[in-house]
Amino acid sequence: MINDTDSDFHKNVIEIKGLNRKFRKKTVLDNIDLNISPGKVFGLVGENGAGKTTIIKHLMGLLKAQQGSVRVFGIDPVKDPAGALSKIGYLSEERDLPHWMKVNELLTYTKAFYPGWDDNFADELLETFNLDPAEKIKNLSRGQKAQAALITALAYRPPLLLLDEPSSGLDPVVRRDILSAIIRTVADEGRTVFFSSHLLDEVERVADEIAIIHRGKIILNGSLEDIKADHHFVHLRFPAPLDEPPDLPGILSIDSRYDEWIVMCNGNYREFCSKAKGMGCEIYKDTYPTLEDIFVAYNEKNRSASTGAA
Amino acid sequence: MRLHISTKDPVPIYQQIITQVKHLVASQRLRPGDEVPPIRVLAEQLLINPNTVARAYRELESAGILTSKKGSGTKVSLKGNTLGLKERLKELSAPVDSLLVQAHQLGFTIEEVIEIVRERNSLFRALQKEKDQSDK
Repeated sequence: MINDTDSDFHKNVIEIKGLNRKFRKKTVLDNIDLNISPGKVFGLVGENGAGKTTIIKHLMGLLKAQQGSVRVFGIDPVKDPAGALSKIGYLSEERDLPHWMKVNELLTYTKAFYPGWDDNFADELLETFNLDPAEKIKNLSRGQKAQAALITALAYRPPLLLLDEPSSGLDPVVRRDILSAIIRTVADEGRTVFFSSHLLDEVERVADEIAIIHRGKIILNGSLEDIKADHHFVHLRFPAPLDEPPDLPGILSIDSRYDEWIVMCNGNYREFCSKAKGMGCEIYKDTYPTLEDIFVAYNEKNRSASTGAA
Repeated sequence: MRLHISTKDPVPIYQQIITQVKHLVASQRLRPGDEVPPIRVLAEQLLINPNTVARAYRELESAGILTSKKGSGTKVSLKGNTLGLKERLKELSAPVDSLLVQAHQLGFTIEEVIEIVRERNSLFRALQKEKDQSDK
């Protein structure tokens, strides 16, 4: 039995169990559980301050778990930082690079840490990004700094990429370059990507699996495909106008417009429909919500739940 | 092959690819034997996850629209649609249903709808002919 759980443990590239974190008295992470299997692109979505960066810092071993456990390839990144970091390509949100170095000096410097550094790949990326190796980092634009930082994270072909808001604050052209470099990396077999973002468009494009984090809590986690298939947008029309929203199972958001109710629901859709029909209601439009619709509905719901409790 | 992906569209991305490829084949902008881009290339071009493209291609293959052979890439099938009658009917019912709902809401009778479908069809055929001639 013990052996079984042990081998299960290593099947996941990332395994977070019951992670809690407080900064002073403020709870920043509240009982986080996350498992990410190899080859997946995982998108962590949340508003600013929701706890995204704090999770990533735990994965990097920059923060020690106060409660719970964090494993990367089965390794505790706090106990064995060298073992964990040699497998991780990391792009921090601040892109903190040594400003006095030239681009080629930065690459030579980073290369020294990683035996698997691939010069050809680094050159290829320099060319794709149109970066001048002789330029000083302090003279680079914001987008170019992000590109330089991304090269240092990709060029040793790490099996796990950790990207903290990879395209935040960048113009659309640079964003495109960065996203396509990430996609190219993913296409190499077996590589796992964990990225955080508040740009739902890019999450929907590149993620296989997502989690929505709200005030330190994971409020939705699963494959993007399942999540989209589990949520419905329906328009309901009742025989007589209702003053109160109808009581139906699985309602996430409800809005009235003229004589109809527009409902986003999840869970057992069949039960929802049969109950609605039992109330004499006509369901005449059924679509899927976008990820943005889902994100907004969950955030609103959790926000009203927490103010209601206070 | 030009495809347009929108994340504002509630339709899942892989489904958008499937619909657009089917449309390109139906309108003969993709012809039997034409090669479609490799998964990685299309993923990078559309800025989407390669797994999503792979899934769309897989479903297009099982629908008999694409065929792939090791070493020679993925191509549009020569024999066209290989689905059975039952599956083809099932596939067609969903868009017909939504057409009927729209028609009902806009106050068209079924006879008018049939007439509109006929008209659109002759327009579609005419465009196809034009395309054929310009290709020759």
